[in-house]
Amino acid sequence: MKFLTTNFLKCSVRTCDTSNDSFPLQYDGSKCELVQDESIELNPEFLLNILDRVDWDAVLSVAADLGNTTLPPNKPVFSSTSVDELNEDEQAVLRDLHVLLVQTNIVEGEMKCKNCGHIYYIKNSIPNLLLPPHLA
Amino acid sequence: MTNVKQKKKYLLYMVQVHTNFRRAELESLADLYNIDIDFATYSEDSPFFYVELDSDDVARDWIKRSILTRAIYEYWGDGKTLEELHESIKSQPFIEHYKQIYKNDSFKFEFENYRGGSNKYSTKDRIKQIESFGYLQFEGKIDLKKAKQVYTLIEQYEPISDNIAGEKPTHFIFGRLVQTSNRRSVEKFDLKKRPYKGTTSFEAELSLISCNIAQVKFGSFMYDPFAGTGSFLVAGGHFGALVFGSDIDGRMIRGRSLNENISSNFKHYDDSNKFLDVMTMDFTHNALRSNLVIDTILCDPPYGIRESIKVLGARDPERFVGKENIEIDGEKAYLRKDYIPTKKPISLDLLLDDLLNFASERLPINGRLAFWMPTANDENIETIVPLHSHLELKYNCVQEFNKWSRRLLVYINRGPSFNGPTNNGTKRSTTNFRERYFSNFN
Repeated sequence: MKFLTTNFLKCSVRTCDTSNDSFPLQYDGSKCELVQDESIELNPEFLLNILDRVDWDAVLSVAADLGNTTLPPNKPVFSSTSVDELNEDEQAVLRDLHVLLVQTNIVEGEMKCKNCGHIYYIKNSIPNLLLPPHLA
Repeated sequence: MTNVKQKKKYLLYMVQVHTNFRRAELESLADLYNIDIDFATYSEDSPFFYVELDSDDVARDWIKRSILTRAIYEYWGDGKTLEELHESIKSQPFIEHYKQIYKNDSFKFEFENYRGGSNKYSTKDRIKQIESFGYLQFEGKIDLKKAKQVYTLIEQYEPISDNIAGEKPTHFIFGRLVQTSNRRSVEKFDLKKRPYKGTTSFEAELSLISCNIAQVKFGSFMYDPFAGTGSFLVAGGHFGALVFGSDIDGRMIRGRSLNENISSNFKHYDDSNKFLDVMTMDFTHNALRSNLVIDTILCDPPYGIRESIKVLGARDPERFVGKENIEIDGEKAYLRKDYIPTKKPISLDLLLDDLLNFASERLPINGRLAFWMPTANDENIETIVPLHSHLELKYNCVQEFNKWSRRLLVYINRGPSFNGPTNNGTKRSTTNFRERYFSNFN
């Protein structure tokens, strides 16, 4: 599961929807195995498009869970939506974001809802968000 | 300021397959690029459609990703015989202008025939034909590999019968190629050549057409809640969307091995950076955060033929009372990595109601939901299409099979003010499609 996906997943228990604690999920850093997939190429224009919908506070939260506390406190801002007009610093930031959001893959791991405490697992890079009958 | 820009006449050469979907595709692509098309002379029975457009760029945008067309040409003339064609070209008011613009460009001639069977011409005949266009006075060099301009002579035949092609063309059309369609992608995405597929994989051509009608576009988000082996996901990735899917059946989305799964299909098509993830998830217990805007939802829901219709929960709740307290090795059983939750059947009507509700909450205004629905043909009962008060049913395109058919239903989210008719919560299907399918529709 890509790091970017952690930015879209909340707890699947319906009664958690009213709680602010059901997103993002809390990732157990000691049990998450990360792999970098360098074969995925950066498409800068595409990534700029996607960034609009990224919740940066959730990025910071999950990154901290996984041991990275060096991210900037605010979502990077780009001077243009046209890739050719970005300066070198901005292009470097975009590459870093690609490594973090797209190339970082959680191969095995577990995460917990901060509201209800339910635990979800990631196996072979695929998250399982199914629920037992008493929570369904 | 009024725009009095001169429009040009173009010829759209289309394919005569899936004609029930063709106009929907052309309209959807025109809408995607804000192109105004007058469909007054459009006919499903003809592969030719003459249109007036502002420019070549507009024509290119409109047709470059189309599946159900072959190409679009700048129109130069047409006639019942080659002689008539030449007279037509010479009499066009624009012809001197066109001759001047392309005079020095490298060029070549191509030939298309509609229902003419195999090539009836020798090379010598073709050269003679090309020479008959000498009055156009092209001075550029002939370049068969990368000609700047490609001129095409399209010959139309009337077949003698379904199996016997006509002998002589009954109509000739001549034009300059502006844009070929995206039809070659049908070959590229052919299931026969796809590394990972399954019994529920959806054929390439209609997957791509579905994406066009659903207006899947670059940099947008596309979600398939019944992803299976990811047929719609690879089609959506081809059109540049960030695609993600879920399925309650983990086996399908896991694939057979690390080299034979949905992710490896994206590698095969060189679209890996368009693929987000697939998740094992019950669509009706959705884990996508509710404020995430999803531009397009495209899917083929389970209909109980090859896959059962199930959601999370116990079929017999009494049997599961207290089971949440079971512990294994001091751990709650349901919190263990190897726990497999139970599932219960659900009616198709309820599942589709959920799908429409979800779409109305997650799609942006004007975002599209498209899904496939099968129906039996033999009943004299009108198929009842599910409706939601926020969603406009834009297309209902039918693909006929022998005893059953399936339709692509396409909805546009118009928001609460749309106030359209609704039929949720009602029992729409009178008989179970699965039962009818296995009783051979008798």
